Amino acid sequence: MTYTSSITKESRVTQSGEILFEDVSKTFESEEAPAVDSVSLQVAAGDLVVFLGPSGSGKTTLLKMVNRLYEPTSGKIWIGSEDIQRLPINDLRRQIGYVIQQVGLFPHMTIKKNISVVPRLLGWEKDQIQSRVNMLLDLTGLPEAYLERYPNQLSGGEQQRVGLARALAADPDILLMDEPFAALDAINRERLQKELLRLHCKLDKTILFVTHDVEEALLLADKIAVLRDGKLVQYDTPINLVTKPVNSFIEELVGTNNILRRLSLVSIESIIKGKGRHSGKPNTTGQGMEEIPTIKSDEDLRSALSLLLSSGSDYLRVENASGKEQGLISIDDLRAMLSSNQIIEKKKCDEISD
Amino acid sequence: MRYLINNLDLVGELFLEHLQLTVIVLFFALMIGIPLGVALARVKWLQGPVMGVLGIIYTIPSLSFFVLLIPVFGLGTTPAIVALTAYAQLLLVRNWLVGLTSISPAVLEAARGMGLSSWQRFWQVEFPLALPMLLVGVRLVVLSSIGIGTIAAFINAGGLGVLLFEGVITANYNKIFSGAFAVTVLSLTANYVIRTFERRAERSIHGAQVSH
Repeated sequence: MTYTSSITKESRVTQSGEILFEDVSKTFESEEAPAVDSVSLQVAAGDLVVFLGPSGSGKTTLLKMVNRLYEPTSGKIWIGSEDIQRLPINDLRRQIGYVIQQVGLFPHMTIKKNISVVPRLLGWEKDQIQSRVNMLLDLTGLPEAYLERYPNQLSGGEQQRVGLARALAADPDILLMDEPFAALDAINRERLQKELLRLHCKLDKTILFVTHDVEEALLLADKIAVLRDGKLVQYDTPINLVTKPVNSFIEELVGTNNILRRLSLVSIESIIKGKGRHSGKPNTTGQGMEEIPTIKSDEDLRSALSLLLSSGSDYLRVENASGKEQGLISIDDLRAMLSSNQIIEKKKCDEISD
Repeated sequence: MRYLINNLDLVGELFLEHLQLTVIVLFFALMIGIPLGVALARVKWLQGPVMGVLGIIYTIPSLSFFVLLIPVFGLGTTPAIVALTAYAQLLLVRNWLVGLTSISPAVLEAARGMGLSSWQRFWQVEFPLALPMLLVGVRLVVLSSIGIGTIAAFINAGGLGVLLFEGVITANYNKIFSGAFAVTVLSLTANYVIRTFERRAERSIHGAQVSH
């Protein structure tokens, strides 16, 4: 299924998914300390950026200033070349998808009506809405039979899929997600995280994602903005956050000393690239080539370690996606990798590149 | 029963008069109560004082309220409509407000975040979701207006109360019975009709049942 843009670029208020926070602060009336304190941050178009931090760190406040549910006390937010303060508030919001933890589906509307709220506001034609709804249902993995159902007839996970479909309905460049999976059970959460990654790779959307869950942040993010007491502590890629934390707060938060976590962020490709493809046959005495287990090169080093330990083999045969042999790796390679800097981060979009 | 059969025209006329009075009261009550309830839902500190005033109005005995309004509005249906509309506010606004304030904050936040204007939020989200409670208020207003409306005949507002007052004065028990019977029929019918709408509105906000 190919993804097609359904509204013309001319009708857009914003022209791009790039977001710039310029010295943004927010102090609520009832409080003395600012909830967000001079945050400057640039989000590249098409990136999935996670706002990570403990509760009260200002991550949700920062997010809600993008669709102006909160107005900054000072500072500016730009989407593309537009200062969002200058845009009509409801036009701005209709072009930003919004997903919240409690989902907030309209209980008196069918799933179809729920999904098509924004397209209807924008005055789309009936046929256009219908085909868009069908496409979104397919995209979010919901059966077509759900169209005429009501939200309370769906499970929590299914409801959040509808929430996601509803946010994507008018084909926004930007998606804001406020702890969208926090209320789900572990199985559904993991499933939806994977689907979000798949969607993000497939659709060219800038996604701002709020969470307090470090694992979730490391799994999803292109870049993570760590917030604490309203201040931006570090804004970096997951791998840099883990390997080069700026202070002990980050170190503790992301678990720099957690070796398994570090391994999970590095792809096997890093080792292969580091060794060179034709580094000669290793000494495989006592072990026939046919007994060596195989692993794909886009898997992470944690999976490799796990396979090495469980199979009892000294080596793993690495294959690329099309099954071509890339070389052999051993536990020594993993050890060397941990102390080296030449790492290739696990690519998130590999599995669905076809 | 004989009186009722022999005077079906008169009873029918008074019945319609009574119904008309009730409908007019409901109309004005809604015109005032719906915006008032929305205002109270938005401006929370107003809830206490306003509901207090409405509560005090509700405790004024109906006969004295009608009589008190005569110097201002004269005799007839006008003071009756004013008094009944004033009574109605407590019943209507209290229920309507419960309906409006019990909507999940997540639903309202989603509506705001999606770019529905405050007008669109009201008509597409708040009104349908609070409608069942509004209808509870409507039913109470209609029933109380039908009941208290009989007393309005005392100040020349007409309606089925005429039969009751005349019956009492002339000691005509058949007339009293006919009036009471007609009022009961009107109340039960109104209750049934509005309850049907209420159920329908409730079903629609809880989602239709799956048919297997």
